[in-house]
Amino acid sequence: MLTTNGQSPDPGAALQGQVFTTRFDKLLGWARKYSLFQYPFVTACCGMEFMSTACSHYDIDRFGAAFPRFSPRQSDVLWVVGTVSQKLAPLLKTVYDQMADPKYVIAFGACASCGGPYDDYSTLQGIDLIIPVDIYIAGCPPRPEAVLDGLLKLQTLIQDSKQEWGS
Amino acid sequence: MSDERFPEHLAIDKRFPGSVLDWHAQHGDRTLIVDGERILDIARLLKTELGYHFLVDLAAVDYLPRKPRFEVVYQFMNLDTKARLRVKVQSDELHPEVPSLTPLWPIANWLEREVWDLMGVTFRDHPNLKRILLYEEFEGHPLRKDYPRTGRQPLIGPKD
Ligand code: SF4
Repeated sequence: MLTTNGQSPDPGAALQGQVFTTRFDKLLGWARKYSLFQYPFVTACCGMEFMSTACSHYDIDRFGAAFPRFSPRQSDVLWVVGTVSQKLAPLLKTVYDQMADPKYVIAFGACASCGGPYDDYSTLQGIDLIIPVDIYIAGCPPRPEAVLDGLLKLQTLIQDSKQEWGS
Repeated sequence: MSDERFPEHLAIDKRFPGSVLDWHAQHGDRTLIVDGERILDIARLLKTELGYHFLVDLAAVDYLPRKPRFEVVYQFMNLDTKARLRVKVQSDELHPEVPSLTPLWPIANWLEREVWDLMGVTFRDHPNLKRILLYEEFEGHPLRKDYPRTGRQPLIGPKD
């Protein structure tokens, strides 16, 4: 392109301060980490802790993880919050299977991570026996600070992982 | 233990002679042990004539190795006088069977299913006696003392 006086412009000078360059997969990772749609699979006491993290005092919105979607096909991070019994396990697996890729799983609290205090006939001894887990948040229940820390760790993991798109 | 019979005890004994097998009353904790076959009749008498309209709870206890091994425990309450009455049925059968109280209280439906599920007590004439907390494929009754505490029967996932 020529300017009105017929001279070619200095692209560097013209665009100064208006663009910056990045790699496409970095951009995609950045977009993905700040647009998490969560599926809260909430079963027990840890659910109260999840609610307090989501409410205004801790405000999970600030981290780009605002919308709970109770529709697996429209969510990309599955929060398993609370005790999962053997009877419930097939439903959890179904929800996970129905989520679209890329998808992530957070095991929230001791029960979801390892069965927690319930070493008995009815409790699943950790959801990693049936679905893959990306982040474990320790505690019975974990404090909201620990939950937010887990979320930040998941976001780092999303940013740094290989970005796949298209098919 | 007091030997004093209390009014409900006398009323039941009068209507159904010999159906009260044992009793005790201590600090207001009044308990009757009755013949399991008569429990529906006794409950009807308690509800319709003695004012115990409220079936507070229904549960079972495994006293292994005591004989008789099982007890089904009914907690009744009179909402007008606030009186409470506990009625027990004992059994040494491997699968005890007692009449269902569902004709008198709809809540007995769920309570009896829970007792069947976890303790393996059959309730005769129950409209829908199937598992309620565990899944249909589960074998055994896990709150029995001879069921292993960690006896997991996973629907999916690794067996351990
Ligand atoms: S980890 Fe503790 S607080 Fe959380 S669901 Fe289990 S028992 Fe409840």
